[in-house]
Amino acid sequence: MRAVDALMECLKAEGVDVVFGLPGGANLPTYDAFYDAGIRHILVRHEAGGGHAAEGYAKATGKVGVALGTSGPGATNLVTPICDAMMDSVPVVFLTGQVRTELLGTDGFQEADTIGITMPIVKHSFLIQHPLEIPRSIHEAFHIARTGRPGPVVVDIPQDLSRADIPYEPVTDVHLPGYQPTTEGNQKQIRLAAKALANSRRPVLYAGGGVIAGNAAPELTELATVDRFPVTSTVMGLGAFPAPHEQWLGMLGMHGTRAANYAMDEADLIVAIGARFDDRVTGKLSEFAPRAKFIHIDVDPAEISKNVPAHIPIVGDAKNIVPRLTAEYRALAPDPARLEEWWSRIRTWQERHPLRYEDSKDHEIKPQYMIQALFEATGGDAIVASDVGQHQMWAAQYFHFSKPRRWINSGGLGTMGFGLPAAMGAKIGCPDQTVVCIAGDGSVQMNMQELATCAHERVAIKVFIMNNGYLGMVRQWQELFWDRRYSHVEMGQWPDYVKLAEAYGATGMRLEDKATLLEGIREALQTDGPVLVDVRVTREENTYPMIPAGQAARNMVG
Amino acid sequence: MGEPGTKEILSLDELEAAGNLRTGRKHILSILVENKPGVLTRIAGLFARRGFNIDTLAVGPTDDEAFSRITLTLDGAVHPIDQVTKQLHKLVNVLKIRDLEPQETLARELALFKVSADGVSRAEVMQVCEIFRGKIVDVTKRSVVVEVTGTCDKIDAFEQLVRPFGLIEMARTGEIAISRGRGET
Repeated sequence: MRAVDALMECLKAEGVDVVFGLPGGANLPTYDAFYDAGIRHILVRHEAGGGHAAEGYAKATGKVGVALGTSGPGATNLVTPICDAMMDSVPVVFLTGQVRTELLGTDGFQEADTIGITMPIVKHSFLIQHPLEIPRSIHEAFHIARTGRPGPVVVDIPQDLSRADIPYEPVTDVHLPGYQPTTEGNQKQIRLAAKALANSRRPVLYAGGGVIAGNAAPELTELATVDRFPVTSTVMGLGAFPAPHEQWLGMLGMHGTRAANYAMDEADLIVAIGARFDDRVTGKLSEFAPRAKFIHIDVDPAEISKNVPAHIPIVGDAKNIVPRLTAEYRALAPDPARLEEWWSRIRTWQERHPLRYEDSKDHEIKPQYMIQALFEATGGDAIVASDVGQHQMWAAQYFHFSKPRRWINSGGLGTMGFGLPAAMGAKIGCPDQTVVCIAGDGSVQMNMQELATCAHERVAIKVFIMNNGYLGMVRQWQELFWDRRYSHVEMGQWPDYVKLAEAYGATGMRLEDKATLLEGIREALQTDGPVLVDVRVTREENTYPMIPAGQAARNMVG
Repeated sequence: MGEPGTKEILSLDELEAAGNLRTGRKHILSILVENKPGVLTRIAGLFARRGFNIDTLAVGPTDDEAFSRITLTLDGAVHPIDQVTKQLHKLVNVLKIRDLEPQETLARELALFKVSADGVSRAEVMQVCEIFRGKIVDVTKRSVVVEVTGTCDKIDAFEQLVRPFGLIEMARTGEIAISRGRGET
């Protein structure tokens, strides 16, 4: 059988039901195999769109996403999604075509050193050197992508090797002697952690994206409610703990709630679960949570004590460790009354500093209000993909996620243009769910072309552009820290998104009046097929509260 | 130091001070890797990204042909070495990493010195060579090539001694190392 037909068998054996890609010279053999392989292929308009769609699919479904590109520019267009998947630990296998082996290293047409270019931003990569390696490498790629700390894996296949005739036998095992992720947490450490929790008077559970990636959201809730532990999460961890819960403090970090940030600041014990103490969370590192001891649970040992030294490190899967920690804690039966003082302090912060904004008194739509309206119109029952910028932070603050895998954003790399294709991938993975994309007028134009893919494939995403005519987050920083010198942040009034949507074969709408906003959003949600909604919002609104970069949490402003 | 995005102007001195901290403590890392293409690049790239300068690097086969051993020495500089070893462990092709303790380690390096040695100085060069248990492996009328093995310090010392005679060229392998005793490195 041709190596590419064996490749199809491998994809099927891995349970792949959809791939996102774009053909070219070097992956023509692969595309020939797709012709009748019975695997759904979504023809994207730009490889970056395909890569982000595969990420959105993976984040929404928990399965491994697959993106394809040809050699050279096809592969370099995938670099941003690969890096994005690396930063946010998203399991995606990227299959890239490569020039014929005899042309390797000769600057052949559409040749790029894909493995070299992507080396710092992959979990692992394979350059196929012999056609017989293809089946095993594919299975190893999927295994590496999905296990341990998930991440992107690149498989680069030279065109001539993919045409070779090989005997195909299903591969049922992987041989990776250097890859053995620790999944089971150390019992002694878990017992120690339970004791520390039982002795703490001001604990906080700090959840990250790892709780969602590790499918440990129910276990987190169980731990939190075994006593009354306050819970906060990173932007990646939203949905790991139900937002309406009375123990939920809101998101922490630069644009988190005061309650969450002040609680971290005064905590005596912080339990970090699948979180990595990013600079957007810690602010000034030397003044981060100065009174706290740290329990750090993570499947990646390299994250432990990277930024903040852990007193009790526990390496392994959250799903394995958290329930055992709960059980150990329960056995100690500490007095829950000891947390009362802590809660009354937290309640004071919550009452004094709720998330707030000054709503308009006329027809103007405040961006925060737009998110609230969207939350109301969907009943919170939607997958929300977001782009990067102010709108992302407002969505994180005002859309309350009660379940994991509902909030899909680019947290680590902060990739503008992520939202629309990610929403497309999420909708394809979860066709029965409402999928909306909250975009900025800056971000959305970076992968706008995928609206054509959505129209062509009837992918019914609803894109809401929070249109303020600015690169809003940059404008906010220029206003606050650079003396209002608005250098090159004004986007002007083009394009006309309604006409553009129609040109792409989608439905275009424009909402400019607060009075009819909710109704308009409902209409957009009920319209068949992809919809692009241009929502005109306040031009110069700032995202608050905010920890100014490099400052301590207690110095929040706004 | 200034935060990204803020207006504060950074002085070049500040930037340099942050980049040039060297603790002076030498580390010998012994890394057992799968014998696969690209492994060395992945490892070298990782050190470069973390701001480490690799001082010496030696790669060769092991008793098992599926694996190679990389021995590298570096200064445990700005960042703690354990962060880089943890990152190394994450490389799929890396099996084992040891940060070798000097007192429990045998480390050796091989060096070749091409030294000017005409009539007068030749005897002296040969004498130094003998003291260091070096071997003369090539002789011409005006030069000799000396082979010396030993610890890095010994080779440094030899270099110092022959330099005044006229050191034409020197090539060193970088240290390789193995742990003392029965246990595996």
